Amino acid sequence: MSIYLNKDSKIIVQGITGGMGAKHTALMLDSGAQIVGGVNARKAGTTVTHKDQAGNDVTLPVYGTVKEAMAETGADVSVVFVPPAFTKDAAIEAIDAGIGLLVVITEGVPVQDTAEVWSYLQGKETRMIGPNCPGIITPGESLAGITPHTITGKGPIGLVSKSGTLTYQMMYELKDFGFSTAIGIGGDPIVGTTHIDALEAFENDPETKAIVMIGEIGGDAEERAAAYIKEHVTKPVVGYVAGFTAPEGKTMGHAGAIVSGSSGTAAAKKEALEAVGVKVGKTPSETADLMREILQSL
Amino acid sequence: MDLFEYQARDIFEKHGVPVLGGVVATTPEEAREGAEKLGGGTVVVKAQVKTGGRGKAGGVKLAHSPAEAAEKAAEILGMDIKGHTVHRVMIAQGAKIAEEFYFSVLLDRSNRNYLAMCSVEGGMEIEQLAVERPEALARIAVDPAVGIDEAKAAEIVDAAGFADDIKGKVAAVIQQLWTVFEAEDATLVEVNPLVRTEDGEIVALDGKVTLDENAGFRHADHAELEDSAAADPLEAKAKENDLNYVKLDGEVGIIGNGAGLVMSTLDVVAYAGEKHGGVKPANFLDIGGGANAQVMANGLDVILNDEQVKSVFVNVFGGITACDEVANGIVGALDILGDEASKPLVVRLDGNNVELGRQILNERNHPLVTLADTMDGGADLAAAKAAAA
Repeated sequence: MSIYLNKDSKIIVQGITGGMGAKHTALMLDSGAQIVGGVNARKAGTTVTHKDQAGNDVTLPVYGTVKEAMAETGADVSVVFVPPAFTKDAAIEAIDAGIGLLVVITEGVPVQDTAEVWSYLQGKETRMIGPNCPGIITPGESLAGITPHTITGKGPIGLVSKSGTLTYQMMYELKDFGFSTAIGIGGDPIVGTTHIDALEAFENDPETKAIVMIGEIGGDAEERAAAYIKEHVTKPVVGYVAGFTAPEGKTMGHAGAIVSGSSGTAAAKKEALEAVGVKVGKTPSETADLMREILQSL
Repeated sequence: MDLFEYQARDIFEKHGVPVLGGVVATTPEEAREGAEKLGGGTVVVKAQVKTGGRGKAGGVKLAHSPAEAAEKAAEILGMDIKGHTVHRVMIAQGAKIAEEFYFSVLLDRSNRNYLAMCSVEGGMEIEQLAVERPEALARIAVDPAVGIDEAKAAEIVDAAGFADDIKGKVAAVIQQLWTVFEAEDATLVEVNPLVRTEDGEIVALDGKVTLDENAGFRHADHAELEDSAAADPLEAKAKENDLNYVKLDGEVGIIGNGAGLVMSTLDVVAYAGEKHGGVKPANFLDIGGGANAQVMANGLDVILNDEQVKSVFVNVFGGITACDEVANGIVGALDILGDEASKPLVVRLDGNNVELGRQILNERNHPLVTLADTMDGGADLAAAKAAAA
């Protein structure tokens, strides 16, 4: 078991012929993920060739649309690598085609585009992860994104994080235990999957025994996650918040401060998490130690 | 990117929002000319700073003639308002105000949509109003797929409790402000106060606009709005090279990949610094995903030019970024600098192509470079080297 992604997931890549798309299609195949094709309207009918985990050539068809790719391959996951200017259209196309999981890696998407996609998604069957995220990995089974699959293997820890490289760092710190699924939700102001969504999924996943939640300064997602943990999460959760020593960030307009209802500082987030019983580390290594203690006592 | 009031005024005007005449001035002479251009009557001279409370600080003054406008501008220019030096003033047409209101529309991160806020009690500190009398501040969710259409604007003015005789006019201005928000890719458009003048017109008297820098690719004109004068020279240089850099007040230069890991590195270095004479991080520098050797070299160039920096900690966990590229960037930058490079570098690499990256640094064996095995160990070593320098 795992969350959102497993060995049966069939993945297509939107933007498979671009530089990023090609590079990471190869890495995803190398992880053992089932990549079944790609989409690029201008290169429909062509193919791309990469190596699979065993080193054999895999020839992947490039389709004109997500709908066609899904019909031909049975794909249920799409990973988006298209440039920011085209991301909104790519996401809406995938949602219209009824994709189950849409992982948007692209960095630099205008937030109004993401807001429109999120609004469009309501009531539809697609789960979106990202944008501006490393995606999701279920070690040993599948990878939909850019997380290095060589850091560690399968294990009892579920991880949810805003930051890509901190996800890698934490997986590395806890490589002796391994992970059920690690999901990078992205650091943009609006993302498709939140800390709370991932916490809920990990709580319901029998394979996940404990959860690491990584946040960073700004917004109030961590405070909201803390409130959710108090009511709904019975598994042990360890937290880390980056940015304790960061000076106050860019000054927001007055109206912004009212909406968040929180100072958005690391200290405030730590306090909110600790108030609901989450142990919070000061550094990634201290956080890993807290998780290690918990796992050893289970 | 936050805009100055005069920039917000210009953008409002471009989209048909009623505003008063306003001219920006950087010298008293320009202020005099501005006041003449506005008809030579009473004007308001307003400090242009990206912070609140400028009225209380003496940054807003009335002038009854162009000569007086020049005098007031001379008083205000160069003032320090909450750490912001005043480099410009706006000469604004005077208005006879009958009533002051409040309106804003902004990105609502928590609800993943937009929020419009409106009150018939404008002019004051809006946070204070929100806390003391929340019922006086209408909050209406806006669907990003629909925006503020006629029906939504009517809902907003109703909720805020505007008098029937001006509802229509206010709703029309709110729709124009929505156009500003949408067309300019803003994340905040705030008008405080929105006023009714004695002759019954609705006018946006003071505006705040925040633009989404991610949307810059579809707004070529937004680049000109950047306040290059305010940027620290190192920040300006980093910006030219598309580096995400923030200057801080410490001794240990930091380079990493990914905002989260760099923030975390600042924390770990600050904690390590407590054991080494209180040294602190000198900057935030994220070379981003997929950085190549050139990006790494550019980053190092910015940091080594910071006179405050005594040592540098490079902390990279390669996901998209390949460690060999990072290593080549370090070696390349040090070779270009030659004898000018004098600050010790502690480098911690992990992830994508880590063996190759370490090999490149080991083979070059530069006397200033030390490889660290862990993030904590690297932070400690970099802090120790900064303290010893």
